[in-house]
Amino acid sequence: MFDYSTMLRNEKLPHIWCPGCGHGIVMKSLLRAIAKTGWGKDDIVMVSGIGCASRLPGYVDFNTLHTAHGRALSFATGVKLSQPKFHVIVVSGDGDALAIGGNHFIHACRRNIDLTLIVFNNGIYGMTGGQYSPTTPYGDKAATAPHGNLEPDFNVADLAKGAGATFVARGSSYHVPQLDDYIYKALTHKGFSVVDVVEACWTTHGRKQKTKYKNNLDMMKWQRDNAVPLAKAQTMSPEELKGKFVTGILHDVDRPEYVDRYEALIESLKGGDK
Amino acid sequence: MSEAKYTFVQGNTACAEGALYAGCDFFGGYPITPSTEVAEHMSDMLPRRGGKFIQMEDEIASLGAVIGAALAGSKAMTATSGPGFSLMQELIGYACIAEVPCVIVDVMRGGPSTGLPTSPAQSDLLQAKWGTHGDHPAIALIPNSVEEMFTETVRAFNIAEYFRTPVIILGDEIIGHMREKIRIPAPGELEVINRKLPDGDGVCRLPYRADGKNPACLPNFGKGRFHVTGLNHDGSGFPTMDPSIVQGSNARIIDKVYHQRELIDKVEKIQCDDAEILFLAVGSAARAAEEAVAVLRSQGVRAGLFRPVTLWPFPKKEFRAAAERSKFVVVPEMNLGQLRTVAERMIDESKHPIVPVNLVNGEPLDPEFILDSIKKCCLK
Amino acid sequence: MKYEVRFSGSGGQGVITASVILGTAAALHDGKNVIQSQSYGPEARGGATKADVIISDGKILYPKAIHVDYLVSLTQKAANKFIKTIKKGGTVIIDGDFVELPDSPDYKIYRLPMTSNAMAKFNRTTTLNVIAVGAFAEMAGLVSAEAIKKAVLENSPKGFEEMNIASLELGRDLARAAKKG
Repeated sequence: MFDYSTMLRNEKLPHIWCPGCGHGIVMKSLLRAIAKTGWGKDDIVMVSGIGCASRLPGYVDFNTLHTAHGRALSFATGVKLSQPKFHVIVVSGDGDALAIGGNHFIHACRRNIDLTLIVFNNGIYGMTGGQYSPTTPYGDKAATAPHGNLEPDFNVADLAKGAGATFVARGSSYHVPQLDDYIYKALTHKGFSVVDVVEACWTTHGRKQKTKYKNNLDMMKWQRDNAVPLAKAQTMSPEELKGKFVTGILHDVDRPEYVDRYEALIESLKGGDK
Repeated sequence: MSEAKYTFVQGNTACAEGALYAGCDFFGGYPITPSTEVAEHMSDMLPRRGGKFIQMEDEIASLGAVIGAALAGSKAMTATSGPGFSLMQELIGYACIAEVPCVIVDVMRGGPSTGLPTSPAQSDLLQAKWGTHGDHPAIALIPNSVEEMFTETVRAFNIAEYFRTPVIILGDEIIGHMREKIRIPAPGELEVINRKLPDGDGVCRLPYRADGKNPACLPNFGKGRFHVTGLNHDGSGFPTMDPSIVQGSNARIIDKVYHQRELIDKVEKIQCDDAEILFLAVGSAARAAEEAVAVLRSQGVRAGLFRPVTLWPFPKKEFRAAAERSKFVVVPEMNLGQLRTVAERMIDESKHPIVPVNLVNGEPLDPEFILDSIKKCCLK
Repeated sequence: MKYEVRFSGSGGQGVITASVILGTAAALHDGKNVIQSQSYGPEARGGATKADVIISDGKILYPKAIHVDYLVSLTQKAANKFIKTIKKGGTVIIDGDFVELPDSPDYKIYRLPMTSNAMAKFNRTTTLNVIAVGAFAEMAGLVSAEAIKKAVLENSPKGFEEMNIASLELGRDLARAAKKG
């Protein structure tokens, strides 16, 4: 049995997340992955923005930084560049990472700075009461889309890969052992790594989709039934993949990392005129 | 470099040199006229000294990176102009409530919006005080020479580090771009203040519990695994909605500045003692005003200049004392009356009428314009 | 005494560099009080651009030039735009090969064939700005020859020191010839 208590600020529990929320599942997966790295708690900085998922750093026993909405990656960039010895992990919801933080997201990918971003992708603005987000499925009802969402959703993994992230994986809050593995690999990857975690918000999203889900368990079942492992997805047509999501390590390449490049620049200037 | 040296540089370069003198080792910024030379100089000099420069994707990210770096232990700064300063307001508030030391340089230009990107203005005097939402401490220094761009930047870092709060430097296009000879002091010649860290092993269980009106005393990241948030928080740093704690902590971050003003306050008074026409001016407008004072004095008119070098907090007491004997208080500024609104609250206009002199056409405010503007009302 | 000097021309001709050379010479090497400034427009090339140097024995308060004692113009556009800023009794130096300005009782004007001489001597006009500095220095005598030379060298890219010093001297020669009439 994994002992979470050594990595949690136990006195800060219970957490604020609703019954049926996936965030607790992902947090535990993240803690198991961190434990596997063997990193010291003092050497980890965990950064978040604003939203339900962004409350996570308050519960974990690391150096923790709860920033402003959408800005976690920019703060994390400053921490990492200032003190490269830190392992910097960013946790962010889909609205936080991809809407208000979208610009920071693509530029962190492009820079390939050695951070790990976990996107708690439940497809809704939960904390403000269920408004549609950049990953809300087309047609779903939301507090600001009472007649159905008119906007198409982002494919987080494609966006990350296209912008230059060097490690991209997608998992779900249903497929937990796989998620542990993806997060561990993301943490130990040198460069900017993104794990898109498909999960669910029953309270502000699922409840409103009268025909899709009867209860929060249905939302978990939806993940079970619609996740397609990468190897299988490669044998399927786009039509067959419609409405499903591809899981696995979707992208894993080596490219020079930003902080390394900066340290090399400093080294190359040594002995020059000041 | 171990000796003082003289150099002939732009105000923006002097600002960057002042930052380096103060030990700045992190710069995050985004290009914007007329501040860009600060970033350019830092991008060249910081890596030579083992420091870090990063060009972020916008001004919000720039200040985010600066705050992150400061929490990790860096002395950090950014530089921008009006439009970017507007974007930074969000995280200025964050740095205030989370008590993160940092320096923000705003080289002012014409506005609103994109306005006159290459022209001088003093458009952000009030934004520097009221820009971010919520009550917060505002400290803004406003140099009027290349030399002061250097010395005030050193002072900005000292104040930021001592009080653990953001400090704003208000340059303008004229001061930022003009060149003057400055003396760069030898290391150790000017005082450089570093942030106070917890004693002993450097770990602190209650990093935000401050004694009385003092700043908090946070360790840098890596010591004690504490929590930093932009939510209202208690002494431990964790969020709280307890009204009695929130009331106190909201007041403390302001009181820590307003009750220890020795490090912050700075005013230049030129011939104020017997001044009947008292100019209140800052930045480059104050140089025009000082020349107007010289011209008036040569004509036998008793004129003087009151120049806040620290604009925020405003030197209320000293200004009132200087205005005591005045028949008119003339406020020349390159905006439509931002400094005037401050003066209006400080003095009795029935005794000391305020004469506004405003220019917002992108041209520098010059002494002749000031003298012409006051001829009718003040000079008989 | 306080003098206001204005270099003007087209963006890319190096008028800012000319003003920085003069400013450096007067401030760092001759120990005068100096402020150099320039006006910026959105374009990096073309347009009519100016750069000013105020040189004074006393403290300089207002940092911008208002009534120019010396106007140096390298293009017609700049000359037309800035001639109205010349002080009564001021001195105007123009590139006589390209710029025309009428004589006036309000100012003295010197038309120096800068471009043609630059072409004859260097087969290029890239150092027109340094020629202008030399011409001004000779005309005005506000800055010592040694100071100007030092400042030119300090502001020269590697490999261009020699040509810049030669350009400075060419400017001086043209000014001497023009003064003799």
